[in-house]
Amino acid sequence: MADVKRFTHDSRIPGWDRAADLDKQPAIVPDAATTEVPAELRAAIEDAVRRFPVGDSAFIPVLYAVQEQYGWCSPEGIIQAAAVLGRTPAALTAVATFYDMFEMEPLGRKTVYVCTNISCSLCGADELLEALEGELGEDPDVNVRGFECLGACDIAPMASVNGAYVGPIALNEVPELARQIREGEDPLPAKQMIHRPCADPKVAEK
Amino acid sequence: MTDTLLFEHIDEPGLNTIDVYMARGGYTQLPIALKMKRGDLITELTGSGLRGRGGAGFPMGRKASFIPKGDMQKYVVCNADESEPGTFKDRELIQKNPHQLIEGLIIAAFAIDATINYIYIRGEYDQQGDILDAAIAEARERGMLGENIFGSGFNVQLELARGAGAYICGEETGLLDSLEGKRGNPRLKPPFPANEGLFNGPTLINNVETLSAIPSIIRLGAEGYAAIGVKDSAGTKLVSISGNVERPGNYEVALGTSSRELIYGLAGGPPDGRKVKCWFPGGSSTVVLTADDLDVGYDYDSLEAAGSALGSGAIIVVDETQSVVELAYKLAKFYSHESCGKCTPCREGTRWTFHMVERIKEGTATPMDLDIMAAVQDQIIGHCLCVLGDAMAMPIGSLIAKFRDEFEAEIETNRNAREAQLAAQFSAAEGITV
Repeated sequence: MADVKRFTHDSRIPGWDRAADLDKQPAIVPDAATTEVPAELRAAIEDAVRRFPVGDSAFIPVLYAVQEQYGWCSPEGIIQAAAVLGRTPAALTAVATFYDMFEMEPLGRKTVYVCTNISCSLCGADELLEALEGELGEDPDVNVRGFECLGACDIAPMASVNGAYVGPIALNEVPELARQIREGEDPLPAKQMIHRPCADPKVAEK
Repeated sequence: MTDTLLFEHIDEPGLNTIDVYMARGGYTQLPIALKMKRGDLITELTGSGLRGRGGAGFPMGRKASFIPKGDMQKYVVCNADESEPGTFKDRELIQKNPHQLIEGLIIAAFAIDATINYIYIRGEYDQQGDILDAAIAEARERGMLGENIFGSGFNVQLELARGAGAYICGEETGLLDSLEGKRGNPRLKPPFPANEGLFNGPTLINNVETLSAIPSIIRLGAEGYAAIGVKDSAGTKLVSISGNVERPGNYEVALGTSSRELIYGLAGGPPDGRKVKCWFPGGSSTVVLTADDLDVGYDYDSLEAAGSALGSGAIIVVDETQSVVELAYKLAKFYSHESCGKCTPCREGTRWTFHMVERIKEGTATPMDLDIMAAVQDQIIGHCLCVLGDAMAMPIGSLIAKFRDEFEAEIETNRNAREAQLAAQFSAAEGITV
């Protein structure tokens, strides 16, 4: 799992070491008439609001739409979403910072989450993460990170490549996997969880 | 076979589509349930003895009976945020048999008269979410969802909501906050979700496996279902077995099966003939058990009597070659990262536990740290709004209690190694050769 970014005094909140700017105006609801919003983003937000009409319950799908549009929850995207929703950008940012899958900094669009939790680390996840970071860490298009339990302990050690679960990954398969990720190919098709039969022998007997 | 209910036909190609599911007898229990009186349906669910499969093990029928009657908007929320380390049973159910879940959910919704319902799936389950989305669309198209289903006059809606990566959203009130579009912080209970849940309406929250079991209960009848398993632990349970075993995976067994049979018989035990050092019986949040406890029956009460819990039904096996300090380090790191920060004992307790284990690894810890660490665990348990803190305190507290020698030995070894290293650096800096 990624380390939480810490600022002065070990705080998770930036600004401990900076005095508040008292002259700065508080962020208000952006003007919907003057804020330009890309058409796809607006359509995605409106679809989310249609499916989750009550209160702010569309926030998470809206943030996914922003991330899809910009590759991360950029301030620009958050302001645009806030304008469409009629809420302050801060309301959206507060939610986005809580969740691990929303990126608050520009990172590679190809995500590689390596599970480093108990079951996977018992099977060598730390070495796998190190190897993948070695292969892909420098690539600006790829976001490799350790992640909480991804719920695929049966294929440990594993990684989620753009949402596709792959495992168990042997260390000697890492260069091939890294190449497939860089070139946008299907990652190790034979080892994808989606094709894996159930382990229960009673099922196989039928 | 009577102990294969949820996994019956599971590997059948195309079971995730409505046609194959219906060809295998799917959606036949729904019209039967819709003809029942709501009270009778809840009595049936209570009589089956089905207990919550998500972790707490609360009787499902009783939970449904707590929902107040009246005209207010009620909700059923399915908890598919499976994030308990070691657990991956819901993933297999959603991916391969999503309609079984949808059918069970509609029956539960009818039982409490909930017309708006949600499935909250974790964001990481991208492919599974897509499969579920497609299944919901199919069910809607075939009239399983929508207005006046099967001419019963019951209107039902179902929407899929995706999380975005937060362990705490598996906690029921954290999940509700997340579903409302907020940060997933747990709420103070009471009021319980049955009275004041989603959008302040009465809400029934159940795990994927619990809801998926409902069609089988209707088919077998309460008595038929209760006959499987042992006293107070009725039915079958999916057990996710992982860690140091030959054949990790999900296994469906009748509750009460011996744990040895699960770990050695089904999963093949640790590879290369190694011995079991310890095992987590119900996900990483439960008290660890040792090789001496392998003959405990795998059911709610037997595991509780052994000092642990069935939890989410995830066995993690740790073999003799693994270090307990490393295990404690991983646990503390995970829980300190996932603590939402709302309650002080959990936020600070998980963080300082992590630092203390880190000190053991670095060689700067003293044996006193072990006592402090154990005391911190005691001070977390029962002192927070939710059980995330307890979920770290129970395994770590039990690791220290059961493997104290190993912790002490590691503190000693690492400290000596560090002192030797410092002495060498000092000598080198001073130009002294020893």
